[in-house]
Amino acid sequence: MADPLTIWRRFLARKNDDPVKTFGVAVLVAFISAVVVSTTSVTLKPLQDAHLAAARAARIEAMLDTLPGLRGLMEEAGITALETRMVELSSGSFAPEVVYDDFDSIAAAEDPATGIAIPPDADIAGLKRRENHAPVYLLERDGDLMLLVLPMRAVGYQSTITAMLALQPDLRTIAALTITGQGETPGLGARIADPNWASLWPGKQIANDSGEIVINVVRGQASGPYQIDGISGATRSSNAVGAMLQFWLGDLGFGPFLDRLESEGL
Amino acid sequence: MSMIRHVTAPLIDRNPVTLQILGICSALAVTTSLTTALTMSVALTVVLCASAAIISAVRRHIPSSIRLIIQITIIASLVIVIDEFLQAYAFQISQRLSIFVGLIVTNCVVLGRAESFAMRNPVWPSVLDGLGNGLGYSLILMIVGGVREFFGAGTLFGQAVVTTQADGGWFQPLGLMSLAPSAFFILGLLIWAIRSLRRDQIEEPEYRLVTKEAEQ
Repeated sequence: MADPLTIWRRFLARKNDDPVKTFGVAVLVAFISAVVVSTTSVTLKPLQDAHLAAARAARIEAMLDTLPGLRGLMEEAGITALETRMVELSSGSFAPEVVYDDFDSIAAAEDPATGIAIPPDADIAGLKRRENHAPVYLLERDGDLMLLVLPMRAVGYQSTITAMLALQPDLRTIAALTITGQGETPGLGARIADPNWASLWPGKQIANDSGEIVINVVRGQASGPYQIDGISGATRSSNAVGAMLQFWLGDLGFGPFLDRLESEGL
Repeated sequence: MSMIRHVTAPLIDRNPVTLQILGICSALAVTTSLTTALTMSVALTVVLCASAAIISAVRRHIPSSIRLIIQITIIASLVIVIDEFLQAYAFQISQRLSIFVGLIVTNCVVLGRAESFAMRNPVWPSVLDGLGNGLGYSLILMIVGGVREFFGAGTLFGQAVVTTQADGGWFQPLGLMSLAPSAFFILGLLIWAIRSLRRDQIEEPEYRLVTKEAEQ
Protein backbone atom coordinates (compact mmCIF):
# COMPACT_ATOMS: atom_id res chain seq x y z
CA MET A 1 0.00 0.00 0.00
CA ALA A 2 1.52 3.30 -1.08
CA ASP A 3 1.56 6.07 1.49
CA PRO A 4 -0.70 9.11 0.92
CA LEU A 5 2.18 11.37 -0.06
CA THR A 6 3.14 9.10 -2.95
CA ILE A 7 -0.48 8.92 -4.13
CA TRP A 8 -0.65 12.74 -3.97
CA ARG A 9 2.61 13.08 -5.97
CA ARG A 10 1.40 10.60 -8.54
CA PHE A 11 -1.88 12.52 -8.81
CA LEU A 12 -0.03 15.80 -9.39
CA ALA A 13 2.29 14.16 -11.91
CA ARG A 14 -0.63 13.09 -14.07
CA LYS A 15 -1.17 15.02 -17.28
CA ASN A 16 -3.46 18.05 -16.93
CA ASP A 17 -5.94 16.78 -19.54
CA ASP A 18 -6.17 13.39 -17.83
CA PRO A 19 -9.82 12.78 -16.77
CA VAL A 20 -8.84 11.65 -13.26
CA LYS A 21 -6.82 14.80 -12.70
CA THR A 22 -9.48 17.07 -14.18
CA PHE A 23 -12.11 15.55 -11.93
CA GLY A 24 -9.81 15.51 -8.90
CA VAL A 25 -8.77 19.16 -9.27
CA ALA A 26 -12.40 20.22 -9.67
CA VAL A 27 -13.46 18.34 -6.52
CA LEU A 28 -10.49 19.63 -4.50
CA VAL A 29 -11.01 23.28 -5.49
CA ALA A 30 -14.73 23.06 -4.76
CA PHE A 31 -14.11 21.37 -1.40
CA ILE A 32 -11.45 23.83 -0.21
CA SER A 33 -13.54 26.83 -1.34
CA ALA A 34 -16.59 25.45 0.47
CA VAL A 35 -14.62 24.95 3.69
CA VAL A 36 -13.15 28.48 3.55
CA VAL A 37 -16.49 30.14 2.78
CA SER A 38 -18.46 28.26 5.44
CA THR A 39 -15.80 28.79 8.12
CA THR A 40 -15.78 32.55 7.51
CA SER A 41 -19.54 32.70 7.41
CA VAL A 42 -20.01 30.78 10.67
CA THR A 43 -17.25 32.66 12.54
CA LEU A 44 -18.50 36.11 11.56
CA LYS A 45 -22.20 35.37 12.06
CA PRO A 46 -22.44 36.70 15.67
CA LEU A 47 -20.88 40.03 14.66
CA GLN A 48 -23.20 40.40 11.67
CA ASP A 49 -26.25 39.51 13.78
CA ALA A 50 -25.30 42.19 16.31
CA HIS A 51 -25.22 44.77 13.49
CA LEU A 52 -28.57 43.58 12.16
CA ALA A 53 -30.12 43.78 15.64
CA ALA A 54 -28.80 47.33 16.07
CA ALA A 55 -30.17 48.29 12.66
CA ARG A 56 -33.55 46.79 13.60
CA ALA A 57 -33.66 48.76 16.87
CA ALA A 58 -32.76 51.93 14.97
CA ARG A 59 -35.58 51.29 12.52
CA ILE A 60 -38.13 50.90 15.33
CA GLU A 61 -36.87 54.16 16.84
CA ALA A 62 -37.22 55.80 13.43
CA MET A 63 -40.76 54.42 13.16
CA LEU A 64 -41.67 55.99 16.51
CA ASP A 65 -40.31 59.28 15.20
CA THR A 66 -42.64 59.19 12.19
CA LEU A 67 -45.76 58.91 14.36
CA PRO A 68 -47.04 62.44 14.91
CA GLY A 69 -47.13 63.55 18.52
CA LEU A 70 -45.96 60.21 19.87
CA ARG A 71 -42.61 61.45 21.13
CA GLY A 72 -44.38 64.29 22.96
CA LEU A 73 -46.77 61.83 24.59
CA MET A 74 -43.91 59.57 25.65
CA GLU A 75 -41.98 62.49 27.11
CA GLU A 76 -45.04 63.69 29.00
CA ALA A 77 -45.56 60.24 30.46
CA GLY A 78 -41.87 59.93 31.23
CA ILE A 79 -41.42 56.84 29.03
CA THR A 80 -38.34 56.42 26.85
CA ALA A 81 -39.11 53.08 25.23
CA LEU A 82 -42.06 50.83 24.49
CA GLU A 83 -42.99 48.15 26.98
CA THR A 84 -42.47 44.58 25.83
CA ARG A 85 -44.87 41.82 26.82
CA MET A 86 -45.15 38.21 25.75
CA VAL A 87 -48.47 36.99 24.39
CA GLU A 88 -49.73 33.45 24.06
CA LEU A 89 -51.02 33.54 20.51
CA SER A 90 -53.70 30.81 20.73
CA SER A 91 -55.50 32.28 23.76
CA GLY A 92 -54.51 35.89 23.26
CA SER A 93 -53.62 36.40 26.90
CA PHE A 94 -50.37 37.77 28.25
CA ALA A 95 -47.79 35.17 29.24
CA PRO A 96 -45.48 36.79 31.80
CA GLU A 97 -43.81 33.44 32.47
CA VAL A 98 -42.08 33.47 29.09
CA VAL A 99 -38.81 35.41 29.20
CA TYR A 100 -38.38 37.93 26.41
CA ASP A 101 -34.59 38.36 26.64
CA ASP A 102 -33.00 36.89 23.52
CA PHE A 103 -36.32 35.36 22.50
CA ASP A 104 -35.90 33.97 19.00
CA SER A 105 -39.24 33.70 17.18
CA ILE A 106 -37.93 31.55 14.34
CA ALA A 107 -36.11 29.11 16.64
CA ALA A 108 -39.24 28.90 18.83
CA ALA A 109 -41.39 28.13 15.80
CA GLU A 110 -39.04 25.35 14.66
CA ASP A 111 -39.03 23.62 18.07
CA PRO A 112 -42.05 21.24 18.42
CA ALA A 113 -42.25 22.15 22.14
CA THR A 114 -42.68 25.88 21.51
CA GLY A 115 -44.20 26.04 18.04
CA ILE A 116 -46.89 24.46 15.87
CA ALA A 117 -47.18 23.54 12.22
CA ILE A 118 -49.46 25.83 10.22
CA PRO A 119 -52.11 23.97 8.16
CA PRO A 120 -51.09 24.35 4.48
CA ASP A 121 -54.38 26.01 3.43
CA ALA A 122 -54.00 28.65 6.16
CA ASP A 123 -50.32 29.26 5.49
CA ILE A 124 -50.70 32.33 3.27
CA ALA A 125 -47.45 33.85 4.52
CA GLY A 126 -45.45 30.73 3.56
CA LEU A 127 -44.03 30.24 7.05
CA LYS A 128 -44.79 26.49 7.54
CA ARG A 129 -44.43 26.80 11.35
CA ARG A 130 -45.46 29.36 13.95
CA GLU A 131 -44.28 29.96 17.52
CA ASN A 132 -46.72 29.66 20.46
CA HIS A 133 -45.64 32.91 22.09
CA ALA A 134 -44.80 36.24 20.50
CA PRO A 135 -43.66 39.59 21.89
CA VAL A 136 -45.82 42.69 21.52
CA TYR A 137 -44.63 46.22 22.19
CA LEU A 138 -47.04 48.68 23.68
CA LEU A 139 -47.34 52.17 24.98
CA GLU A 140 -49.71 52.45 27.90
CA ARG A 141 -50.81 55.44 29.95
CA ASP A 142 -52.94 55.13 33.06
CA GLY A 143 -54.19 51.74 31.92
CA ASP A 144 -55.15 53.03 28.46
CA LEU A 145 -53.43 51.67 25.37
CA MET A 146 -51.81 54.44 23.32
CA LEU A 147 -50.01 52.38 20.69
CA LEU A 148 -49.61 48.70 19.95
CA VAL A 149 -46.71 47.36 17.88
CA LEU A 150 -46.85 43.80 16.53
CA PRO A 151 -43.84 41.98 15.05
CA MET A 152 -44.54 39.99 11.88
CA ARG A 153 -42.76 37.98 9.24
CA ALA A 154 -43.50 36.32 5.92
CA VAL A 155 -41.63 34.52 3.18
CA GLY A 156 -41.15 36.89 0.24
CA TYR A 157 -39.68 36.29 -3.19
CA GLN A 158 -36.24 35.15 -2.00
CA SER A 159 -36.01 35.98 1.71
CA THR A 160 -37.94 36.19 4.93
CA ILE A 161 -39.42 39.64 5.35
CA THR A 162 -39.76 40.89 8.92
CA ALA A 163 -41.82 43.91 9.88
CA MET A 164 -43.36 45.87 12.72
CA LEU A 165 -46.98 46.97 12.47
CA ALA A 166 -48.07 49.82 14.76
CA LEU A 167 -51.79 50.09 15.49
CA GLN A 168 -53.73 53.05 16.90
CA PRO A 169 -55.63 52.48 20.18
CA ASP A 170 -58.80 51.57 18.21
CA LEU A 171 -56.90 48.42 17.07
CA ARG A 172 -58.20 49.00 13.53
CA THR A 173 -56.21 51.92 12.18
CA ILE A 174 -52.60 51.43 11.07
CA ALA A 175 -50.24 53.95 12.62
CA ALA A 176 -47.18 52.76 10.72
CA LEU A 177 -45.65 49.75 9.02
CA THR A 178 -41.90 49.33 9.06
CA ILE A 179 -40.02 46.60 7.24
CA THR A 180 -37.26 45.70 9.69
CA GLY A 181 -35.50 43.03 7.68
CA GLN A 182 -35.53 41.67 4.14
CA GLY A 183 -33.16 40.23 1.57
CA GLU A 184 -35.25 40.80 -1.55
CA THR A 185 -33.73 41.69 -4.94
CA PRO A 186 -31.91 45.04 -4.60
CA GLY A 187 -33.64 47.71 -6.66
CA LEU A 188 -36.78 45.61 -7.18
CA GLY A 189 -38.31 43.72 -4.27
CA ALA A 190 -36.10 45.53 -1.80
CA ARG A 191 -38.17 48.66 -2.46
CA ILE A 192 -40.73 47.38 0.05
CA ALA A 193 -38.36 48.90 2.62
CA ASP A 194 -38.51 52.35 0.95
CA PRO A 195 -39.93 55.14 3.11
CA ASN A 196 -42.15 56.08 0.14
CA TRP A 197 -44.01 52.81 0.28
CA ALA A 198 -44.13 52.84 4.08
CA SER A 199 -45.86 56.22 3.88
CA LEU A 200 -48.88 54.62 2.11
CA TRP A 201 -49.82 52.60 5.19
CA PRO A 202 -50.66 55.02 8.01
CA GLY A 203 -54.40 55.68 8.30
CA LYS A 204 -55.48 52.47 6.51
CA GLN A 205 -57.91 50.13 8.27
CA ILE A 206 -57.03 46.48 8.87
CA ALA A 207 -60.60 45.22 9.34
CA ASN A 208 -64.07 46.12 8.09
CA ASP A 209 -67.07 46.85 10.35
CA SER A 210 -67.85 43.17 10.89
CA GLY A 211 -64.31 42.60 12.15
CA GLU A 212 -63.06 40.68 9.11
CA ILE A 213 -59.39 41.27 8.22
CA VAL A 214 -59.59 42.83 4.76
CA ILE A 215 -56.39 44.87 4.44
CA ASN A 216 -54.59 43.88 1.25
CA VAL A 217 -51.98 44.88 -1.28
CA VAL A 218 -53.49 45.27 -4.77
CA ARG A 219 -52.18 45.82 -8.28
CA GLY A 220 -53.00 49.03 -10.05
CA GLN A 221 -55.08 51.67 -8.38
CA ALA A 222 -55.74 51.10 -4.71
CA SER A 223 -58.99 52.54 -3.44
CA GLY A 224 -60.74 52.69 -0.11
CA PRO A 225 -59.33 52.34 3.37
CA TYR A 226 -58.39 48.66 3.04
CA GLN A 227 -56.16 48.68 -0.05
CA ILE A 228 -52.50 49.50 -0.60
CA ASP A 229 -50.86 49.93 -4.00
CA GLY A 230 -48.37 47.16 -4.75
CA ILE A 231 -44.96 48.15 -6.10
CA SER A 232 -44.59 47.48 -9.82
CA GLY A 233 -41.60 45.23 -10.42
CA ALA A 234 -41.93 44.00 -6.85
CA THR A 235 -45.24 42.15 -7.08
CA ARG A 236 -44.15 39.04 -5.19
CA SER A 237 -42.50 41.02 -2.41
CA SER A 238 -45.34 43.50 -1.91
CA ASN A 239 -47.96 40.74 -2.06
CA ALA A 240 -45.98 38.90 0.61
CA VAL A 241 -46.30 41.96 2.85
CA GLY A 242 -50.08 41.92 2.33
CA ALA A 243 -50.24 38.19 3.08
CA MET A 244 -48.09 38.78 6.15
CA LEU A 245 -50.61 41.23 7.59
CA GLN A 246 -53.54 38.94 6.81
CA PHE A 247 -51.85 35.97 8.44
CA TRP A 248 -50.58 37.70 11.56
CA LEU A 249 -53.79 39.62 12.19
CA GLY A 250 -55.82 36.45 11.60
CA ASP A 251 -56.82 33.56 13.87
CA LEU A 252 -53.40 31.90 13.83
CA GLY A 253 -51.61 35.18 14.51
CA PHE A 254 -52.52 38.02 16.84
CA GLY A 255 -56.28 37.72 16.06
CA PRO A 256 -57.26 36.24 19.45
CA PHE A 257 -55.06 38.81 21.22
CA LEU A 258 -56.66 41.72 19.35
CA ASP A 259 -60.17 40.33 20.05
CA ARG A 260 -59.37 40.02 23.73
CA LEU A 261 -57.95 43.55 23.87
CA GLU A 262 -61.08 44.88 22.23
CA SER A 263 -63.45 43.16 24.64
CA GLU A 264 -61.46 43.22 27.87
CA GLY A 265 -58.90 45.95 27.44
CA LEU A 266 -55.33 45.56 28.66
CA MET B 1 13.27 47.07 -11.52
CA SER B 2 11.18 45.14 -14.02
CA MET B 3 9.06 43.94 -11.08
CA ILE B 4 8.05 47.52 -10.24
CA ARG B 5 6.74 47.90 -13.80
CA HIS B 6 4.04 45.33 -13.01
CA VAL B 7 2.70 47.80 -10.45
CA THR B 8 3.28 51.11 -12.24
CA ALA B 9 2.30 50.21 -15.80
CA PRO B 10 -1.42 49.57 -15.08
CA LEU B 11 -1.76 52.93 -13.31
CA ILE B 12 -1.98 55.01 -16.50
CA ASP B 13 -0.17 53.34 -19.43
CA ARG B 14 -2.18 50.11 -19.28
CA ASN B 15 -5.00 51.16 -16.98
CA PRO B 16 -7.71 48.46 -16.91
CA VAL B 17 -10.54 51.02 -16.92
CA THR B 18 -9.39 53.76 -19.29
CA LEU B 19 -7.35 51.69 -21.76
CA GLN B 20 -9.08 48.32 -21.68
CA ILE B 21 -12.51 49.72 -20.69
CA LEU B 22 -13.05 46.92 -18.13
CA GLY B 23 -14.98 47.13 -14.87
CA ILE B 24 -17.19 49.98 -16.10
CA CYS B 25 -20.36 48.66 -14.41
CA SER B 26 -19.06 49.04 -10.88
CA ALA B 27 -17.28 52.27 -11.79
CA LEU B 28 -20.72 53.75 -12.52
CA ALA B 29 -22.52 52.26 -9.57
CA VAL B 30 -20.33 52.88 -6.55
CA THR B 31 -18.85 56.29 -7.36
CA THR B 32 -21.58 58.55 -5.99
CA SER B 33 -19.39 59.11 -2.94
CA LEU B 34 -15.71 58.69 -2.14
CA THR B 35 -16.37 56.43 0.86
CA THR B 36 -18.13 53.75 -1.18
CA ALA B 37 -15.63 54.15 -4.03
CA LEU B 38 -12.73 53.65 -1.61
CA THR B 39 -14.29 50.58 0.03
CA MET B 40 -15.02 49.06 -3.37
CA SER B 41 -11.45 49.83 -4.51
CA VAL B 42 -9.90 48.19 -1.46
CA ALA B 43 -12.20 45.15 -1.79
CA LEU B 44 -11.38 44.74 -5.48
CA THR B 45 -7.63 45.19 -4.96
CA VAL B 46 -7.60 42.57 -2.18
CA VAL B 47 -9.58 40.10 -4.32
CA LEU B 48 -7.35 40.78 -7.32
CA CYS B 49 -4.08 40.20 -5.39
CA ALA B 50 -5.34 37.13 -3.53
CA SER B 51 -6.86 35.50 -6.61
CA ALA B 52 -3.69 36.21 -8.62
CA ALA B 53 -1.56 34.58 -5.90
CA ILE B 54 -3.75 31.47 -5.56
CA ILE B 55 -4.34 30.94 -9.27
CA SER B 56 -0.67 31.49 -10.08
CA ALA B 57 0.40 29.04 -7.35
CA VAL B 58 -1.74 26.22 -8.76
CA ARG B 59 -1.45 27.23 -12.43
CA ARG B 60 0.54 24.15 -13.45
CA HIS B 61 -2.20 21.84 -12.19
CA ILE B 62 -5.28 23.57 -13.59
CA PRO B 63 -6.66 21.41 -16.43
CA SER B 64 -7.22 23.74 -19.37
CA SER B 65 -10.67 22.29 -20.09
CA ILE B 66 -12.06 23.54 -16.76
CA ARG B 67 -9.70 26.45 -16.10
CA LEU B 68 -12.32 29.22 -16.28
CA ILE B 69 -14.59 27.41 -13.83
CA ILE B 70 -11.68 26.88 -11.44
CA GLN B 71 -10.72 30.55 -11.66
CA ILE B 72 -14.29 31.72 -11.09
CA THR B 73 -14.70 29.35 -8.12
CA ILE B 74 -11.57 30.72 -6.48
CA ILE B 75 -12.53 34.34 -7.19
CA ALA B 76 -16.13 33.82 -6.02
CA SER B 77 -14.98 32.27 -2.73
CA LEU B 78 -12.67 35.22 -2.08
CA VAL B 79 -15.46 37.67 -2.86
CA ILE B 80 -17.87 35.95 -0.45
CA VAL B 81 -15.21 36.02 2.28
CA ILE B 82 -14.59 39.76 1.70
CA ASP B 83 -18.33 40.44 1.69
CA GLU B 84 -18.76 38.57 4.98
CA PHE B 85 -15.93 40.61 6.53
CA LEU B 86 -17.49 43.87 5.35
CA GLN B 87 -20.86 42.86 6.81
CA ALA B 88 -19.18 42.04 10.12
CA TYR B 89 -16.80 45.00 10.45
CA ALA B 90 -18.15 47.73 8.14
CA PHE B 91 -21.89 47.17 8.28
CA GLN B 92 -23.02 50.66 7.18
CA ILE B 93 -20.81 50.66 4.10
CA SER B 94 -21.73 47.09 3.18
CA GLN B 95 -25.40 48.14 3.24
CA ARG B 96 -24.64 51.02 0.86
CA LEU B 97 -22.59 48.86 -1.50
CA SER B 98 -25.40 46.25 -1.44
CA ILE B 99 -24.82 43.80 -4.27
CA PHE B 100 -21.79 45.47 -5.83
CA VAL B 101 -19.23 43.70 -3.64
CA GLY B 102 -20.79 40.39 -4.68
CA LEU B 103 -20.59 41.52 -8.29
CA ILE B 104 -16.78 41.76 -8.09
CA VAL B 105 -16.99 38.13 -9.26
CA THR B 106 -18.26 39.33 -12.62
CA ASN B 107 -15.81 42.24 -12.80
CA CYS B 108 -13.85 41.67 -15.99
CA VAL B 109 -10.67 43.09 -14.45
CA VAL B 110 -10.35 40.17 -12.03
CA LEU B 111 -10.98 37.34 -14.47
CA GLY B 112 -9.03 39.18 -17.18
CA ARG B 113 -5.87 39.39 -15.06
CA ALA B 114 -6.26 35.79 -13.84
CA GLU B 115 -6.61 34.44 -17.36
CA SER B 116 -4.04 36.61 -19.12
CA PHE B 117 -1.36 37.03 -16.45
CA ALA B 118 -1.63 34.83 -13.36
CA MET B 119 -2.12 31.64 -15.42
CA ARG B 120 1.25 32.18 -17.12
CA ASN B 121 3.48 33.85 -14.51
CA PRO B 122 5.03 32.99 -11.12
CA VAL B 123 3.32 34.00 -7.89
CA TRP B 124 5.22 37.18 -7.03
CA PRO B 125 4.88 38.98 -10.40
CA SER B 126 1.21 37.91 -10.47
CA VAL B 127 0.54 39.51 -7.09
CA LEU B 128 2.30 42.70 -8.19
CA ASP B 129 0.33 42.71 -11.43
CA GLY B 130 -2.88 42.26 -9.41
CA LEU B 131 -1.86 45.07 -7.09
CA GLY B 132 -1.04 47.35 -10.01
CA ASN B 133 -4.33 46.70 -11.78
CA GLY B 134 -6.22 47.07 -8.50
CA LEU B 135 -4.54 50.43 -7.90
CA GLY B 136 -5.20 51.51 -11.49
CA TYR B 137 -8.89 50.69 -11.06
CA SER B 138 -8.88 52.42 -7.65
CA LEU B 139 -7.27 55.55 -9.09
CA ILE B 140 -10.02 55.96 -11.69
CA LEU B 141 -12.75 55.18 -9.13
CA MET B 142 -11.36 57.78 -6.73
CA ILE B 143 -11.15 60.45 -9.45
CA VAL B 144 -14.69 59.76 -10.67
CA GLY B 145 -15.99 59.43 -7.09
CA GLY B 146 -14.27 62.66 -6.02
CA VAL B 147 -15.67 64.67 -8.93
CA ARG B 148 -19.16 63.22 -8.49
CA GLU B 149 -19.30 63.71 -4.74
CA PHE B 150 -17.89 67.25 -4.88
CA PHE B 151 -20.16 68.54 -7.63
CA GLY B 152 -23.13 66.38 -6.64
CA ALA B 153 -23.23 67.10 -2.92
CA GLY B 154 -20.49 69.62 -2.13
CA THR B 155 -18.76 67.12 0.16
CA LEU B 156 -15.64 64.92 0.10
CA PHE B 157 -15.67 61.71 2.19
CA GLY B 158 -18.93 63.03 3.67
CA GLN B 159 -17.25 66.20 4.98
CA ALA B 160 -18.74 69.46 3.72
CA VAL B 161 -16.22 71.31 1.53
CA VAL B 162 -18.48 74.11 0.29
CA THR B 163 -21.77 75.17 1.84
CA THR B 164 -24.74 74.18 -0.31
CA GLN B 165 -27.68 76.49 -0.93
CA ALA B 166 -29.85 74.23 1.20
CA ASP B 167 -27.62 75.08 4.16
CA GLY B 168 -27.55 78.79 3.36
CA GLY B 169 -24.39 78.83 1.22
CA TRP B 170 -23.89 79.65 -2.47
CA PHE B 171 -23.21 76.20 -3.92
CA GLN B 172 -25.94 74.63 -6.03
CA PRO B 173 -25.36 70.83 -6.19
CA LEU B 174 -25.55 69.29 -9.66
CA GLY B 175 -28.28 66.66 -9.52
CA LEU B 176 -26.89 64.99 -12.64
CA MET B 177 -23.72 64.06 -10.76
CA SER B 178 -25.58 61.73 -8.42
CA LEU B 179 -26.96 59.78 -11.41
CA ALA B 180 -25.09 57.01 -13.23
CA PRO B 181 -24.73 58.80 -16.63
CA SER B 182 -22.45 61.44 -15.11
CA ALA B 183 -19.89 58.68 -14.45
CA PHE B 184 -19.91 57.98 -18.21
CA PHE B 185 -19.21 61.65 -18.96
CA ILE B 186 -16.35 61.84 -16.45
CA LEU B 187 -14.88 58.54 -17.65
CA GLY B 188 -15.15 59.71 -21.26
CA LEU B 189 -13.39 62.98 -20.48
CA LEU B 190 -10.69 61.08 -18.57
CA ILE B 191 -10.07 58.70 -21.45
CA TRP B 192 -9.95 61.64 -23.87
CA ALA B 193 -7.45 63.49 -21.65
CA ILE B 194 -5.22 60.42 -21.24
CA ARG B 195 -5.27 59.57 -24.95
CA SER B 196 -4.47 63.17 -25.90
CA LEU B 197 -1.34 62.97 -23.76
CA ARG B 198 -0.44 59.37 -24.66
CA ARG B 199 -1.20 59.12 -28.33
CA ASP B 200 0.00 55.49 -28.49
CA GLN B 201 -3.16 54.48 -26.59
CA ILE B 202 -5.37 55.50 -29.51
CA GLU B 203 -6.58 52.35 -31.20
CA GLU B 204 -6.47 51.92 -34.97
CA PRO B 205 -10.03 51.91 -36.31
CA GLU B 206 -11.02 48.46 -37.55
CA TYR B 207 -12.60 49.86 -40.71
CA ARG B 208 -12.05 53.11 -42.53
CA LEU B 209 -14.53 55.08 -44.55
CA VAL B 210 -14.17 54.08 -48.16
CA THR B 211 -13.59 57.15 -50.31
CA LYS B 212 -14.83 57.53 -53.88
CA GLU B 213 -11.33 57.45 -55.38
CA ALA B 214 -10.33 54.27 -53.56
CA GLU B 215 -13.44 52.56 -54.80
CA GLN B 216 -12.64 53.16 -58.47
